[in-house]
Amino acid sequence: MIELYNVSKVYESGVKAVTDINLRIAKGEFVFLVGPSGAGKSTLTKLIFREQLPTTGQIFFRGRNILRFKGREVLQLRRQIGIVFQDFRLLPRKTVFENVAFALEVIGRPRKEIRRRVPVALAQVGLSGKEDAFPDQLSGGEQQRVGIARAIVKRPLVILADEPTGNLDPGTSREIMDLFEQINRDGATVIIATHAWDIVNRMRKRVVALENGRLVYDEEQGSYSHGA
Amino acid sequence: MALNSLWYCMRQTCTSLVRNFWLGTASAAMIAVSLIILGGFLLVAVNANQSMRIIESTVEINMFLEDEADIRDLRQRLHALDGVEEVRFVSKEQGLRELKETFGERRDLLAGFEGENNPLPDSFRVRAEQADLVPGLARQISFFPGVYKVSYGQEYVEILVRVTQWVNLIAFGAVILLGAGAVFLIVTTIRLSLLARQDEIGIMRYLGASNWYVRGPFVLEGMVVGLAGACLAVGVLGAAYYYLVTVLGRSPLVLFFVQPVTDPRVILSILGGLLGLGLLMGGLGSLISVRKFLRV
Ligand SMILES: Nc1ncnc2c1ncn2[C@@H]1O[C@H](COP(=O)(O)OP(=O)(O)OP(=O)(O)O)[C@@H](O)[C@H]1O
Ligand SMILES: [Mg+2]
Repeated sequence: MIELYNVSKVYESGVKAVTDINLRIAKGEFVFLVGPSGAGKSTLTKLIFREQLPTTGQIFFRGRNILRFKGREVLQLRRQIGIVFQDFRLLPRKTVFENVAFALEVIGRPRKEIRRRVPVALAQVGLSGKEDAFPDQLSGGEQQRVGIARAIVKRPLVILADEPTGNLDPGTSREIMDLFEQINRDGATVIIATHAWDIVNRMRKRVVALENGRLVYDEEQGSYSHGA
Repeated sequence: MALNSLWYCMRQTCTSLVRNFWLGTASAAMIAVSLIILGGFLLVAVNANQSMRIIESTVEINMFLEDEADIRDLRQRLHALDGVEEVRFVSKEQGLRELKETFGERRDLLAGFEGENNPLPDSFRVRAEQADLVPGLARQISFFPGVYKVSYGQEYVEILVRVTQWVNLIAFGAVILLGAGAVFLIVTTIRLSLLARQDEIGIMRYLGASNWYVRGPFVLEGMVVGLAGACLAVGVLGAAYYYLVTVLGRSPLVLFFVQPVTDPRVILSILGGLLGLGLLMGGLGSLISVRKFLRV
């Protein structure tokens, strides 16, 4: 599904965010991306949906080199991925409902379908009743869950979540992770960058660890022992 | 999908228009000014054109004869020409009388030129069926035997043509400058809208929104601004022209000089063209803006 070959990213500032990463993620896998702050987890996720271009190396999505993608293909790529951003990226002038609906509007789903699917997604992240709130009227955790609802509502092939539980209490975090697991069971490939070592260790999924931008650990049913 | 996106597009456009009200108004006003000038010149041009045609059609060819010219033969030759409507012989005496009339009070100046001393030649006045036949006829006539000189006021017509050419050139330049200014203002208006929504646009991009989904509202905004300006221009021009034609046109003085163009097909196609042009300018300005600022 996703393959990275010798991928490095050096930001314009000179920071080497990721270095020489080789990684293959098969369809239907559930992968935790772990590592200390600044290890390059977010950078890696951004490379996958082409927010950032790698400095060197090749990245394939479903067998196609995404670095060769042009305009439309880039959009097609992003439409197939449900992205949860570390910084939420909600539209401030839209309500919760509209923010989630937007993911479907953008890919041209009919209104009827939108009205049916958005409440389901909001219920799944525990935000029923908050439809008409604006993002700045929500707590950090609630905003984060709007972002998650937006990512899952379109039932994407791939969920790419950057610290989806960073602002959530342990109970809610667990519910969200269960939700991801369920979506994964339904066939989606799930990639989650996280610091939540307790959850990682409990769920026994594949764990890919980064340190200083390098891949230092890649284990099926792995655990996270590098400290939070 | 199309309907859905259309709705989204229109909502965004309205929001932007409200938010950038003053700049939008300034852009629309600028478009209106340039279109008013353009339209004004177009109206002047069609009227000048029509007046010129009227003047031309009243133009007679003056065919001055040599003393020994065979008047009967020439008259026959003239009548044999295609496109000749009327031929009138003016003897030198009659010519002098007519000249005296144009001198009016000062006719005494011509007192010494009577009889033997009359310097004027005999002449034919030839009127053509159509104005554009005049130059050709004049040329043919000039080769007739016994013809001393042919004139049909070409100087007058040429001056008229040259003046309108200059006026058109200046108007054209002014319209280009103003039009470019207006388009630039639109570019700025749309850029402000874009900047105000930069974050949103970025998010849309990351959610996979297509170029046109993102651009649509901005292009529509530009077109609305352009159309608003054009409507203003059409309103102002239409009202002014109507006033000129009906109120001023009733005064016999004005009517004597120009016969205003009132053919609704001409007027409406000018005004309609202006509307289209405003729409085009608005669309063009916003396209320039989104092309520049919305690269993936
Ligand atoms: N846009 C950017 N421009 C320049 N440097 C950047 C940019 N984004 C990240 N970096 C740098 O790249 C490195 C890796 O950052 P990244 O965000 O990928 O880490 P992370 O593993 O996601 O960290 P965290 O767990 O804190 O989210 C850091 O040193 C960071 O300062
Ligand atoms: Mg990060």
